[in-house]
Amino acid sequence: MFKYFPHTENDLQAMKAKIGIRKTSELFRDVPQDVAFLRDYDIPLAMSEIELRKHLETLAAENKTHIIFAGLGAYDHYNPAIIAQLVNREEYLTAYTPYQPEISQGTLQYIFEFQSMVAMLSGMEAANASMYDGATATAEAMFMGTAIAKRNKILVSATINPIVIDVVKTYAHFRGIEIIIVPMIDGVINREELLNLITDDIAGLIVQKPNYYGIIEDYTGIADQLHAKKAVLIENNDISTLAVLKTPGDDGADIACGDCQSLGMPLAFGGPYLGFIASKKAYVRKLPGRIVGQSFDKAGKRAYVLTLQAREQHIRREKANSNICSNQSLMALYATIYLALMGPEGLKEVNEISYSGAHYLYDELIKTGKFFPAFDQPFLKEFVVRTSLPPDLIRHVLDEAGMFAAIAIDETMQGMQMLLNFAVTEKRTKVEIDRLVAVLGGLSC
Amino acid sequence: MSKVVDGLYYAKSHEWLKVEGNVGIVGISDYAQAQLGSIVFVDLPEAGAKVTMEAEFGAVESVKAASDLLSPISGNVIATNQAVIDNPELINQDAFGSWLIKIEIANPSEVDQLLSAKDYRFISK
Repeated sequence: MFKYFPHTENDLQAMKAKIGIRKTSELFRDVPQDVAFLRDYDIPLAMSEIELRKHLETLAAENKTHIIFAGLGAYDHYNPAIIAQLVNREEYLTAYTPYQPEISQGTLQYIFEFQSMVAMLSGMEAANASMYDGATATAEAMFMGTAIAKRNKILVSATINPIVIDVVKTYAHFRGIEIIIVPMIDGVINREELLNLITDDIAGLIVQKPNYYGIIEDYTGIADQLHAKKAVLIENNDISTLAVLKTPGDDGADIACGDCQSLGMPLAFGGPYLGFIASKKAYVRKLPGRIVGQSFDKAGKRAYVLTLQAREQHIRREKANSNICSNQSLMALYATIYLALMGPEGLKEVNEISYSGAHYLYDELIKTGKFFPAFDQPFLKEFVVRTSLPPDLIRHVLDEAGMFAAIAIDETMQGMQMLLNFAVTEKRTKVEIDRLVAVLGGLSC
Repeated sequence: MSKVVDGLYYAKSHEWLKVEGNVGIVGISDYAQAQLGSIVFVDLPEAGAKVTMEAEFGAVESVKAASDLLSPISGNVIATNQAVIDNPELINQDAFGSWLIKIEIANPSEVDQLLSAKDYRFISK
């Protein structure tokens, strides 16, 4: 059964007759000729099914299916088959947030459950219906922070993924917000410098845990230092790791945000992924986007509705604190099913297995004598090491061996030596790790 | 027909001002609350904040809209009505009994630019 029917030729004729045009192109006559696309589309001729299948198979054969030991924000965690089966159900398959509770109870309920699970994992009191990705969620968290504190300067830790910092800077630029980078020391935020930077005109501080280098930073006491100046703490997290780490709530953070790709989402060349944002209840009216609330219908039965929309762009216009008027619904459904399937114990186990694998790989790499510790700090499923091996050589031998690993993340910071990122998920076996170590350990400069 | 109270000053943006010595008491009119519908949230500045005539000092949110609050007069906020923050629906029940902020008036002559009850009655019909 299809929910959507395209217009028939008769429908189109009737509509055109009604408004007094003959051709659809007449609708676009206000488009200036010099910007209108007037050529043919130049689309190749149709293929038969056999030809098309062959064509697509040829294209697909150019892909390499490598074993992945890379991280930096996107991880090769396992995606259980049941998720794809369920998210592709016609009743669910939409990217959009529902407006009509009368016909959308199922969708609204899973969004409510998504929010509840995000709030539980982050240790926060309220979460929204989801964001596009971790980077934009962090930028929106910055908007929240500057609106809460009513100040337009914000501190950003140098240990945040530079891609996230770039997005935050882009958002800040067009809102007139000044970004001040807090320097790091030994892979973590420099607490001494931070203390000097927390002044009366600072809206807050954005940090990341685990940070860009995979390090589990200790943020004890930072929230108090900020709150003493009426500033807020914003934490960016890899949500999967919150099953085993101190939560942003534990750290006293006011806003938590980050990416949910680690909840078993396919890497898929960078997306679609999913962002989350959560806060203390006091700031719920500053949360961007949609929030689904649980209520009762007129018969007194449990029902779900979109709530707290009045702050949004379509009502507040240019005064709105955020321009987010939707959510990343399909991927939020994906995350909801994943979390419901794994449960707290399952998610903990994913982290424990990833931790064991990552620490085994780290120790074995150091043993080769070709890789050296970059920082003396705790890590979970990813880490960086230093090496003098040339990056091109590493890339080449790993590609030959069918592996994707050792992304060079900083070629200048440690003098002549390079920092390489490795990540290990529950999908990596000891055999795979040993093979990676054998390949890299056999290299010489 | 909305209620308009005599003896108060009114802004075109539907805030009322009651003057007691050098203190101005600010709220929104009965007409404004009726237009907004069921009010669910009021965002007010803290005591000590500076407000300027015709500039935004807060916002009021109903189930169907959110509106900026514009100050009818300039000065420093000396008090905010916690009862209204806790129970925003008080404004729907009694708009003139539910003040929002008290201001130490900086420039008393600004009052002359506001509408009288009689004029406001005319525009809020």
